[in-house]
Amino acid sequence: MDVLLLSRLQFAFTIAFHYIYPPLSIGLGVCLVIMEGLWLKTGNNLYHQLARFWTRIFALTFAIGVATGIVMEFEFGTNWATYSRYVGDVFGSALAAEGIFAFFLESGFLAILLFGWDKVGRKLHYFATWMVCLGAHFSAVWIVVANSWQQTPAGYMIEETPNGPRAVITDFWAMVFNPSSMDRLSHVLCGAWQAGAFLVISVSAYYLLRKKHEAFAKASMRVGLAVALVAACLQLVTGHASALGVIENQPAKMAAFEGHYETGELDIHVLGWVDEESETVTSLSVPRFISRLMLGDHKEVKGLNDFAPEDLPRVNSNFQLYHLMIAIGSGLLLLAAVGSVLCWRGRLFHQRWLLWIMVFSVLGPQIANQAGWFCAEMGRQPWIVYGLLRTSEGLSAVVKAEAVLTSLLLFAFIYLLLFAVFVYVLNDKIKHGPDEADLQPTGRLADHGRAHA
Amino acid sequence: MNYPEWLDLNAVWFVLVGVLFTGYALLDGFDLGVGALHLFTRTDEHRRIMLNSIGPVWDGNEVWLVTGGGALFAAFPNVYATVFSGFYLAFILLLFALIFRAVAIEFRSKQPMGWWRQLWDVGFAGGSLLSSFLIGVAMGNIAWGVPIDERGEFAGTFTGLLHPYALLLGITTVALFMMHGSIYLVMKTEGELQEMARKWINRTIIFFIICYAVTTMATLLYVPHMAARVRAHPWLFSVAVVNMLAIANIPREIHFRRDFRAFLSSCVSMISLMTLFGLEMFPHMVLSNPDPANSLTIYNASSSQKTLGIMLTIALIGVPVVLAYTVSIYWIFRGKVKLDRMSY
Ligand code: HDD
Ligand code: HEM
Ligand code: HEM
Repeated sequence: MDVLLLSRLQFAFTIAFHYIYPPLSIGLGVCLVIMEGLWLKTGNNLYHQLARFWTRIFALTFAIGVATGIVMEFEFGTNWATYSRYVGDVFGSALAAEGIFAFFLESGFLAILLFGWDKVGRKLHYFATWMVCLGAHFSAVWIVVANSWQQTPAGYMIEETPNGPRAVITDFWAMVFNPSSMDRLSHVLCGAWQAGAFLVISVSAYYLLRKKHEAFAKASMRVGLAVALVAACLQLVTGHASALGVIENQPAKMAAFEGHYETGELDIHVLGWVDEESETVTSLSVPRFISRLMLGDHKEVKGLNDFAPEDLPRVNSNFQLYHLMIAIGSGLLLLAAVGSVLCWRGRLFHQRWLLWIMVFSVLGPQIANQAGWFCAEMGRQPWIVYGLLRTSEGLSAVVKAEAVLTSLLLFAFIYLLLFAVFVYVLNDKIKHGPDEADLQPTGRLADHGRAHA
Repeated sequence: MNYPEWLDLNAVWFVLVGVLFTGYALLDGFDLGVGALHLFTRTDEHRRIMLNSIGPVWDGNEVWLVTGGGALFAAFPNVYATVFSGFYLAFILLLFALIFRAVAIEFRSKQPMGWWRQLWDVGFAGGSLLSSFLIGVAMGNIAWGVPIDERGEFAGTFTGLLHPYALLLGITTVALFMMHGSIYLVMKTEGELQEMARKWINRTIIFFIICYAVTTMATLLYVPHMAARVRAHPWLFSVAVVNMLAIANIPREIHFRRDFRAFLSSCVSMISLMTLFGLEMFPHMVLSNPDPANSLTIYNASSSQKTLGIMLTIALIGVPVVLAYTVSIYWIFRGKVKLDRMSY
């Protein structure tokens, strides 16, 4: 295998692994803010118990997110050195801002969140919860902005240097608000909220089925469903905006998503199969009048056949990933809606079949998040910076295939361990359940508690 | 924001990157050091106390590495690209060691079996030792110089990075972090464990002083360019004097049981070491050896003036805030470690 393939594999593997955890942290962060907020507002110590339990889960996803994130940060330099020289000027500042604003905020206040229950007062603790949640969101902001710049570069010019050409920033805000960044950021955040919310839903459903910690589970379930419902609705809205953006800025990518070979009106498929040999799509499609309604002025899309063959991404795999994401998205919305209605009517907690679906629903956002990123990134191929630099040109010049193979194997090994830690500790925490003692806040948090209760 | 003409943004960023890596050495230095000392205690309770002394802070400390790396990428992309791709296997090993250490911290206390805990204890100590060592080896190579071709790419090999001077710096770094870590432990523990940690301080100081003396000699003899600036400007020698005084002060403070001051002393000695290193390197980021003309400097390896300016604005807003709450968090968590139900 050559360095290019191995490096791409390694990058895909390490980032996909990293991306299991940050969405959970971002989503749980939102849930924590709500739970602790409810506690402060109502004075009901059940919410204190909720906040404490989910903080422990948060700490776990956060720790693994950090461990795998450090790898990502180094990997641009180790494997994609030429690319790093090319883009350093442009998105170096985004990465530096991420470090300074996001990671410090998150990790610093996490210490208070986790270990500070008895040491600080309620207000400061709640403030820390907000900061951790904000920090998690900030890290998504900067990294998604950087990635969006690769998809739709803006605010730069190309400069020749002794080490080859590089992009130099001309307009910081145009770089930050490049054509795809806000659509994609909002979409990514909705996906992250769903990841967190469905974890909460899943664990609560499990307790309800087992008839354990029922008061706790019901309260958790309500918070989870509320977040999930809002996020799932917004997911469609932001996804729709992203799709229109892709048609405009990366038409070859959209053509691959929908298996669109001949220039003309775009068909929107629900599911199907693309035979790349014969260039035919066997599929179930959305009726014309609906697709026209959805696409508005963007109906006409350049077909794959009108692009130079060396500029095309793969078709069928992108098609499948893209539609998998959408199918799961629709399913999750349905689940969140049905769950909420039943919960509202007070009937959810007896519907065992639905609770069972909910237990497994935690996988939905995870799969959709991965599918979404894979299609966004594979659809960008063969460009590492869209239209400017090819992936094959972005590699490190001095790294040998054996070295990458070694590192890939090392990462596979250590990530397996890390994943084992995650599953083991998560399982442990879920089995252990919420602490009964948490119904009585202690230390400096308690004083205030009695006044309210 | 517009910065005045006379302000050399490249030099400012040289200093800022240096500050970030120094911050990393001060903070992760003690928790890597505690890791390196981990196996010197025998009882489970002591080991748990040691783990929990760094429990709330170790991943926050690693953020300094992340931010230092990010700042390097942003301010000096050529250095980031050349060094990280050039030292490929060394960095992968460093990442591996850092992650393994994190896994060990999480796993260790999850099962009561002796063999289980022993296994992860060894992993934790090994990961900490290897990380400290590799960081030192990287510093050693930067100081010694590495082969760089005319396009600014690394032209050496992995084994070429393991020459004696680099290995010596690796060992010195381990010694330094162990000393720093043992002082931290004295600060955070009490009773029997604290008495033990006091003994470690004396031993690790001696270990460090020996390494330091050998390194200094080797530098003067074999790496004269790393002493050139101090030779040319003898008043800079004061930094070295501060360093020696700070080290000498540690046993004194420990003797009078002023543990926090001893820790500060140790910090001062690390800061002055990094300052010396920076003074000698400036304006080089990576020395090219054998062909110095290909060296990467703060001018030929940097981002554009515009990016450096934008980032300076970001740093001016962010860094004071970061410093303020880093200090307050250490303040909230001051005092001795107690094991409770939240502990590892
Ligand atoms: C800021 C940059 C950035 C960000 C935030 C992401 N990626 Fe990415 N990705 C890259 C920057 C990048 C890259 C360095 O530019 C790669 C390496 C090779 C390439 O073409 O692009 C890449 C490749 C790449 C590939 C390989 C595609 C191929 O070779 O066909 C996959 C599957 C992913 N990424 C998946 C993800 C996932 C799941 C992400 C979500 C967390 C993600 N990427 C975020
Ligand atoms: C290649 C791209 C990426 C790089 C280089 C990267 C880098 C990092 C680094 C270095 C950390 C550890 C920070 C620390 O020490 O505290 C981290 C954690 C984190 N990253 Fe990433 N990351 C990438 C992709 C993403 C994406 C796409 C998202 C979200 C949309 C994200 C969100 C987070 C969050 C929220 C954390 C905090 C830890 C956690 O909550 O799990 N990252 N990342
Ligand atoms: C239901 C309708 C959905 C639509 C129409 C939609 C649309 C899109 C489009 C067009 C992209 C590609 C953007 C690009 O390449 O720049 C994308 C990417 C993505 N999607 Fe979706 N999506 C939907 C649902 C979901 C769901 C349910 C999730 C996760 C829970 C999700 C997570 C993602 C992620 C993480 C990305 C990659 C980041 C990005 O490029 O924005 N999507 N989506």
